[in-house]
Amino acid sequence: QDIDDVGHKYYLELVLEDVLDKDSTVNCTAEVLYHLGNNNIAPDVQVSLEGELKNTDEADNIFYHRIKSLEKELVAENIPDSYGNVPPEMEPIHLLAWVASGYVIWQNSTENTEFHLAQIKHVKQVKRSDEYLEFDYMILLHEMVSQEIIPWQMTVLWHPQHGVQVTQDSRQPKHASE
Amino acid sequence: MKVLLVFAALVAAACSEQLFVGDQVLRVTASDDRQIALLRVLDERAELQVDFWRHPTRPGHPADLRVPFPNLQAVKIFLESNSISYSVMIEDVQELLDEEKRNMTKSRRIERSTSTFDFASYHTIEEIYDWMDMLVDDHPSLVSKIQIGQSYENRPLYVLKFSTGGSNRPAIWLDTGIHSREWITQATGVWTANKIAEEYGQDPSVTAILDSMDIFFEIVTNPDGFAFTHSSNRMWRKTRSINAGSHCVGVDPNRNWDAGFGGSGSSSNPCSETYRGLYAHSESEVKAIVDFIHGHGNVKSVISIHSYSQMLLFPYGYKRVPAAHHQELNELAKKAVSDLAAVYGTKYTYGSVADTIYMADGTTIDWAYDNGVKYSFTFELRDTGRYGFLLPSSQIIPTATETWPALLDIMVHVLEHPY
Repeated sequence: QDIDDVGHKYYLELVLEDVLDKDSTVNCTAEVLYHLGNNNIAPDVQVSLEGELKNTDEADNIFYHRIKSLEKELVAENIPDSYGNVPPEMEPIHLLAWVASGYVIWQNSTENTEFHLAQIKHVKQVKRSDEYLEFDYMILLHEMVSQEIIPWQMTVLWHPQHGVQVTQDSRQPKHASE
Repeated sequence: MKVLLVFAALVAAACSEQLFVGDQVLRVTASDDRQIALLRVLDERAELQVDFWRHPTRPGHPADLRVPFPNLQAVKIFLESNSISYSVMIEDVQELLDEEKRNMTKSRRIERSTSTFDFASYHTIEEIYDWMDMLVDDHPSLVSKIQIGQSYENRPLYVLKFSTGGSNRPAIWLDTGIHSREWITQATGVWTANKIAEEYGQDPSVTAILDSMDIFFEIVTNPDGFAFTHSSNRMWRKTRSINAGSHCVGVDPNRNWDAGFGGSGSSSNPCSETYRGLYAHSESEVKAIVDFIHGHGNVKSVISIHSYSQMLLFPYGYKRVPAAHHQELNELAKKAVSDLAAVYGTKYTYGSVADTIYMADGTTIDWAYDNGVKYSFTFELRDTGRYGFLLPSSQIIPTATETWPALLDIMVHVLEHPY
């Protein structure tokens, strides 16, 4: 829908599929408004879910306590590796990056972009004195139209009850990952 | 015993060249002690260089003598004039050694190809090139390997030719790996080439296709880029050609073809992933295919395989105008995608490049189509972004398996619609 002087609005019907359980799906609808002219403003998004998302408290708490009890800060590289492998203990780190990169992608999307998380180049846990977990990620985003691989730094906070927050993110120059 | 002696001779042959050409092995049976004594005399005549593989021991028991070619006549005269009976056991020792060497190499390769090549993992360029030779060895009357050119860094550009004969039969061209980071494509290429070879004579469609047409399959279409994804940067897409005046390397080989070259669907910036190059066909990897297809003159289909997005695409990418054969190509794509989904439920979208993915100019299939190759298609294999280019190797065989019926649909259609 073209809205004069405002932008382009899209009405979507989607099916959400649980990455960890393909048979578990939830229908939803969304409205996305891309603002005219100004590509520095993220599109407006409204979503309604027709149903409930699965409860993940148990898995969340296990992961939370595992990281909290590490003696040395977690450090990892190349998730997945060149062959698509993700070590099982890294899978939650991978999923967290995916969620966080979703925020970064939303903030940087226009009608002419299609971003996907290509790889986590590097992740480092930052120890905090409060209850949050903090991870400093260097990720690679793949932009489909230009086919570019864009390194991006993001600082991610997470807590089982308080969810995900991206507190800082910045696009990196291309050589940052090579 | 004989095997051991032949092996010893083989070892000797391996250490020097052509030692035994024309040499013969004679089986000699001395009938009495006098003849045994005569054979010992033969042994002492050093100038005859008779090599006893089995020494004369008792009358009635055979002795085996290797006689060098130049001395054959002399030895035979000696035996005949003394009425010592003999027969020629090996007519040409070198021939036997050569045959044995061939068999040994072949059995090593057969062993490797049928039981040890792992189709379910990603391989290096050397492993794929070695495997190609194994495939040719295993199917010598069907598969051959030709070289159509060289990459920028002088790697050979190999194409597997599947043919049951004829002369310049109508042909189908397949390529994988033109974008080096799309590892699922080279892996699917290897599996598919093997499948074609296996199914000839078994599957009625494959047999019908190869009984009238040839298939040309380039699996590592961008070898320099592929080597670079292994050694340095897994996300490398382009060729590795040096761009004058820029520190950025490489040209997008799927923007370098002479079809709508230089439009908004490609970049003029050498640092871009979709850099088109200075001029069309500047890349040796692209030129080699152009020259091959033009030179062949009878290619009826070009199928170029990429990843990722799960799409089956046909021309055009450089313009939004539908291709002349849009309807036929669209119907065929619809069928192929449906047969693909029937295997594991994998959903593909389909349509022209411009409608379905994005505007792209200078692409392989647009060039092929504009040069008379009606059935030009691009596949974008798994997945849709979860793993993207880093598709786990556990998905190689499922991907190749589901893509197979779609490829067959296209090839059968080409066979049944000659033009």
